[in-house]
Amino acid sequence: MKKLLLATAAGALLAGAAGAEEIKLGISLGFTGPLESMSPAMAQGAEMAIKEINDSGAFLDGSTVTAVQGDSTCIDAAAATATVERLITAEGVKGIVGGMCSGETIASLENVAKANGIVMISPSATSPALTDIEDDGLFFRTAPSDARQGEVMADIVLEKGIETVAVTYTNNDYGKGLADAFEAAFTQKGGTVTVNSAHDDGKADYSAEVAALAAAGGDALAVVGYVDQGGSGILRGALDSGAFETFVFPDGMVGQALAENFGDEIEGSFGQNPAAEGEGRETYLSMAEEAGYDGSGAFSAEAYDAAALIMLAMAKAGSSDPAEYKGAVMDVANEPGEKILPGELGKALEIINGGGDVDYVGAAAVEFVEPGESAGTFREVSFEGGEMKVIGYR
Amino acid sequence: MDILNALVVFLNFVFIPAAAYGAQLALGALGVTLIYGILRFSNFAHGDTMAFGTALVILVTWGLQALGVGFGPLPTALIALPFGIALTSLMVLGTDRVVYRFYRRKKAAPIILVMASVGVMFVMNGLTRLVIGVDEIRFDDGERFIVTVRDFKAMTGLDEGLALRSTQALTLVVAFAVMIALFWFLNRTKSGKAMRAYSDNEDLALLSGIDPERVVRQVWIIAAALATIAGTLYGLDKSFKAFNYFQILLPIFAAAIVGGLGSPLGAIAGGFLVAFSEVAVTYPWLKVVGYVAPWYEPGGLMQLLGTEYKFAVSFVILIVVLLFRPTGLFRGKSV
Repeated sequence: MKKLLLATAAGALLAGAAGAEEIKLGISLGFTGPLESMSPAMAQGAEMAIKEINDSGAFLDGSTVTAVQGDSTCIDAAAATATVERLITAEGVKGIVGGMCSGETIASLENVAKANGIVMISPSATSPALTDIEDDGLFFRTAPSDARQGEVMADIVLEKGIETVAVTYTNNDYGKGLADAFEAAFTQKGGTVTVNSAHDDGKADYSAEVAALAAAGGDALAVVGYVDQGGSGILRGALDSGAFETFVFPDGMVGQALAENFGDEIEGSFGQNPAAEGEGRETYLSMAEEAGYDGSGAFSAEAYDAAALIMLAMAKAGSSDPAEYKGAVMDVANEPGEKILPGELGKALEIINGGGDVDYVGAAAVEFVEPGESAGTFREVSFEGGEMKVIGYR
Repeated sequence: MDILNALVVFLNFVFIPAAAYGAQLALGALGVTLIYGILRFSNFAHGDTMAFGTALVILVTWGLQALGVGFGPLPTALIALPFGIALTSLMVLGTDRVVYRFYRRKKAAPIILVMASVGVMFVMNGLTRLVIGVDEIRFDDGERFIVTVRDFKAMTGLDEGLALRSTQALTLVVAFAVMIALFWFLNRTKSGKAMRAYSDNEDLALLSGIDPERVVRQVWIIAAALATIAGTLYGLDKSFKAFNYFQILLPIFAAAIVGGLGSPLGAIAGGFLVAFSEVAVTYPWLKVVGYVAPWYEPGGLMQLLGTEYKFAVSFVILIVVLLFRPTGLFRGKSV
């Protein structure tokens, strides 16, 4: 504690010497590309956290934070790398909320962020590959790994009494990682995966994929894809040709869009996505509503948390230098300390400035496990009467 | 009975989807091939013209729905189609005036026009998103099915079901009607003949008093109409998403080149060829074979190629055609 106080005091001194600065925070999300409909609510989440910090006036001796958006495209690793490069070298950001999808995140982390020593906190990259990546302590994520989701998904499917499942996954790091994690967990628990095949996003037509899945058969079809993309295309094809009647949807598919577009056609289908229950989420949803956007969108809460964590870690370390504050991220995210919910960032800053400890809970019940990723609570949903119903959390 | 079941599986999973997709590709390829044949460049903006046109059709559809106008069992979008075509024509005529005419006057090399069209593509891409947003939109109202799987099974007593969506039937009917109208226009009307003359030999056409600007205008209007119709049919059949129209450009070009760039008949054949090979080569024939030859027990799914490779199929066809018949199946212009 004494050491910490000293560090804080030294940090405050340093920061004091530097005076109030204008800190830039990068937001690198796929504003165009296969997840473009999710990105706006995510960016708004991150920006709301930034606004809250600025409004408090208690951040690093009155420093202000500005958001700089960049388009990571989600699928194009080269474009994402260029975007992050621009954010870091041209805009001089001190930390990045992003990337959005696993493949582009891996590419931009390894090629740019690591080389420049910039902290990245991804709200939505969930590939198991990111757990073991060499990140120099620079990478964190507020979304849980898909290895865990695969297990949860297998449990839910088996509890519904479904024993054979056909799996189709979007052909990228996220889809392959989750589909394999699910197959491993499901087979180990006694189920059978009839086929585990890829589909590519943004194709004009999915009749070939649906035909292949139908030929392999199964009691249900697990669509490990994106709701804005091939996932919906496959689902549409499978429904229209009568190939499958029950569907399993993981996080990339669970969304209001699914209920809106398919209504009672997917009656009895179910799924899960990382989402925390409790006070934090409720508060976040009403804050988002006040700010004029839909906070229940996938990964919007996680984006708020990612931005909040970066800034609280900066406050904790008393510096906006990534090399200094990267060590403080785990510190503010976990116990000990006062629990911090959305809307309480100002309070958190006061506690930190006063030398106290915070345990950031945030909108998505952030609890980091080594090496810096969310442990993960999953929300189980099912589709009944044309609406998405929350069954419970696990 | 088993033969019938095999036939139903084949129709349901291979023939009907591939035929509808083929018709959508063929309409798109017709537009590409016309512009190539007459304006002499590959128009990369065609996919996004489809998206833009469809976006306008959707906007008009919403307006009509708000006014309470419907089309019975058919989608309202069909009524909105002429408005969409008119607005899209104005848009492409505007682009021609602002971008392409400049290069045409300078007698720029085709590759420069192609690059200009890539620029137009990106502008159109952004414009569509500004107009209608990035979300997936379903604008198909009216009856969704002509035959559903459940009805079919109850009706015939077969084990296998067959679904025929109204949009699939509509796609085929409209595509067929549009193709006939186009051929009639090109072969029977004075403007169509002028167009073909201009395509065959520009200088000779100018000498015989054909107004080039008029021909160019007509080509753009027809291309815009084809793009809007193809885009709307595709959107009705699947759903509208700006991003998908950018991606559909690839199979459309494959279809146009396989058929022979500049040959309308080739574009149609190419569209169906690409669609059928994409589906048939990657289809696991296990179920069909199981019905036809129950004594034969293959080990796997009897799938020639994984579905991930379906794009490769159109490109293999493309390469083979270019190697052995560079002008395409129907003797178009060589690339």
